[in-house]
Amino acid sequence: MRLNDGSVARRLSTLGKHLVGDHYYDCTTTNSSSDPITPMASQGADDRTISPSPTSGGITGGSVFGHVAQAPEDPILGVTVAYNKDPSPVKVNLGVGAYRTEEGKPLVLNVVRRAEQLLLNDPNRIKEYLPITGLAEFNKLSAKLIFGQDSPAIQENRVTTVQCLSGTGSLRVGAEFLAKHYHEHTIYIPLPTWGNHPKVFTIAGLTVKTYRYYDPATRGLNFQGLLEDLSAAPSGAIVLLHACAHNPTGVDPTLDQWEHIRQLMRSKGLLPFFDSAYQGFASGSLDADAQPVRLFVADGGELLAAQSYAKNMGLYGERVGALSIVCKTRDVAVRVESQLKLVIRPMYSNPPIHGASIVATILRDREMYGGWTIELKAMADRIISMRTQLHEALLARGTPGDWSHIIKQIGMFTFTGLNTDQVAFMTKEYHIYMTSDGRISMAGLSSRTVPHLADAIHAAVTGAV
Amino acid sequence: MALSGALFRGAVGRGVGAVFLLGNRSMSSWWSNVEPAAKDPILGVTEAFLADQSPDKVNVGVGAYRDDNGKPVVLECVREAERRIAGNQNMEYLPMGGSLKFIEETLKLAYGGNSEFIKDRRIAAVQALSGTGACRLFADFQRRFQPDSQIYIPVPTWSNHHNIWRDAQVPQRTFHYYHPESKGLDFASLIDDVKNAPNGSFFLLHACAHNPTGVDPSEEQWKEISYQFKVKNHFAFFDMAYQGFASGDPEKDAKAIRIFLDDGHLIGCAQSYAKNMGLYGQRIGCLSILCEDELQAVAVKSQLQQIARPMYSNPPVHGALVVSTILGDPELKNLWLQEVKVMADRIIGMRTALRESLEKLGSTLPWEHITNQIGMFCFSGMTPQQVDRLTSEFHIYMTRNGRISMAGVTTGNVGYLANAIHEVTKSG
Repeated sequence: MRLNDGSVARRLSTLGKHLVGDHYYDCTTTNSSSDPITPMASQGADDRTISPSPTSGGITGGSVFGHVAQAPEDPILGVTVAYNKDPSPVKVNLGVGAYRTEEGKPLVLNVVRRAEQLLLNDPNRIKEYLPITGLAEFNKLSAKLIFGQDSPAIQENRVTTVQCLSGTGSLRVGAEFLAKHYHEHTIYIPLPTWGNHPKVFTIAGLTVKTYRYYDPATRGLNFQGLLEDLSAAPSGAIVLLHACAHNPTGVDPTLDQWEHIRQLMRSKGLLPFFDSAYQGFASGSLDADAQPVRLFVADGGELLAAQSYAKNMGLYGERVGALSIVCKTRDVAVRVESQLKLVIRPMYSNPPIHGASIVATILRDREMYGGWTIELKAMADRIISMRTQLHEALLARGTPGDWSHIIKQIGMFTFTGLNTDQVAFMTKEYHIYMTSDGRISMAGLSSRTVPHLADAIHAAVTGAV
Repeated sequence: MALSGALFRGAVGRGVGAVFLLGNRSMSSWWSNVEPAAKDPILGVTEAFLADQSPDKVNVGVGAYRDDNGKPVVLECVREAERRIAGNQNMEYLPMGGSLKFIEETLKLAYGGNSEFIKDRRIAAVQALSGTGACRLFADFQRRFQPDSQIYIPVPTWSNHHNIWRDAQVPQRTFHYYHPESKGLDFASLIDDVKNAPNGSFFLLHACAHNPTGVDPSEEQWKEISYQFKVKNHFAFFDMAYQGFASGDPEKDAKAIRIFLDDGHLIGCAQSYAKNMGLYGQRIGCLSILCEDELQAVAVKSQLQQIARPMYSNPPVHGALVVSTILGDPELKNLWLQEVKVMADRIIGMRTALRESLEKLGSTLPWEHITNQIGMFCFSGMTPQQVDRLTSEFHIYMTRNGRISMAGVTTGNVGYLANAIHEVTKSG
């Protein structure tokens, strides 16, 4: 006995809405950083189509989600989708920040392979749920990695660390905690920043504001603007800081500048929230890349830090990360941890075990840790080499403009300074895939493809685009 | 608290090497007002169990399967799958919606291998973080696209269901389910509640092996529930965390869902591989929503992805690979089916053993519900006070609602358990 699942007219109207692209029902935006997600309501319904009342169900019993419009592609992940569809043999994917070898292949680190084998054969490995806060050893080792082996905050048991789903998950759990327990609900994010940052904070219930960061004129840091904007922030506001290798610009403050920032923030009682997605990838040194974070911890103050092992251990799809909250006292850290559990439990109960086990296996073993630092430096060095090659290729072509930012910027990405029209041109004519803000992932380049990219940039800059 | 200007000015001229303390130690913590959170009622049990030093201790708290030696189990099919996976795959990001191969195999389990809905691509489905993650994605989706709706939740239910829909900001109502007197289903009241709810209400249903009671509607009762849902145009959201674990046969355990599908309901479904593949810690599951047509399914899936992106970007790859490897290989899939049956049969055997032990001890109380109930859990009917006595006097750990995880019962401890239960219940 089948339920009549909808009149012909209703099915046609449902299809028609999708084809016409009824924007009244579009709940999401790609570019806006501050639009909160508004609940779908049938305001302003299109006269041409039959609007089902969302909760009525209706006599015909059609889907209660029939009004749902197709969401736009994620701007970053959508680049790879488009790249995959392109049949051209010269296509280059400089979109998502995933490391590629000189041969253009993804890389699984040797230490990771070894760790996996060890786990496979380990009779004592955990076979059930992790605790809500994740793998305890992983948490301890992650805290040491970012705060330093001898960090007083760790020794004083003032740090709570919970395993989360990579950087995104760590940011989200931290944001939810702040929205629930922190008195200030405004977070300042740098302009520009990773496209997913505003979404994460907004959905958690924080209000997103920006502070000046990138200076298009110098393709460097707008330090004055940064200091002015943070000075103007209300006391207690949260400030998102990229620990190193700023995404998407590759522009990092110097240590001197970090010290200034620290003093300013502490004097205004601004709460630091570090996003550390590239520790080890920026300079090749894990300790050097963690200096900004350690600067803040050393003054005894509080902060949040989100860590990701996606890039520096190549564990992208395993979703391994950690959120640490450095607190004033041990007692506070204990209570904070208990509240973090209440955020996590209704989201996914407990985190995935595989990736964290790999990380713990590597970090706890001196020899494997050493092996990791070598492989990490090799990845960082290859990227630096790509920067050098691209810079030289543009110089060799006499491409107009100052391209020194390519070698000054740090980490996986270069903010080329190309505009959306130029980017579109490069995609169409040269099959170069990158995000429309002009960001290129250096990790996607090889000695073989650098000339092609240089040609594309040259054409985009000199042509009437 | 402002710092003195002199202190600040003095710091500016410092070199890079020195870190200048600005007297932050005198500032109080931002988190002074944070209260210690209550322990999770289920996961807190295992914590307490682990802390107990007694050699007699028994953990019948959390629903994780144990073999007859009380040891956790890694299924042979999983071991083999992991051997094949290790070293062969890169660890690149999955798409936001997860592994397509994984989703394809998973939908077959719930909707049937030859499901027309799968052929017609009418199911919007995304890989989720086990059952919790699937329920949470649906709750967030429900909030966003049916903002005026509520969720009807059975009494009792898995405690985390309440947390999930609460954090998704979907108001909750309850419907009658468990009948304490008979320790069975309160079918009449359930149907009343279905009829009295406003048309088009959202209901959470446990597809099989209800947690925590182990009480499932019969096939006839499911048909009646489905019929009443049709009349009222309710939305049925199935949480299926124990497919294969209830009867030992995954097809049989999906019967309720198939009845609803046959009746034309456009259901939602959360699936988990935590128990039936022993993949607890991998956090591997699936959320699916049956739509009217392919276009709608594409739209719905795209919106589910938008909810996943600011939560974790994309789901973990390992568990998805394990499941796809097993279900995609006929030999491994058969092995899995056998292993699931072994687990289910052992639990059924323990139910019989526990009931018989209690009856042999001369307990005058009725214990048929132990063998009537199905799946991993037995709702014993014990009070919180009796449970507390079990813990303090006998070092037996379970949730205070009297739920016994039968997976924690073994031939080695069933006698001890029966004796303890008899002791705390005989005076009452």
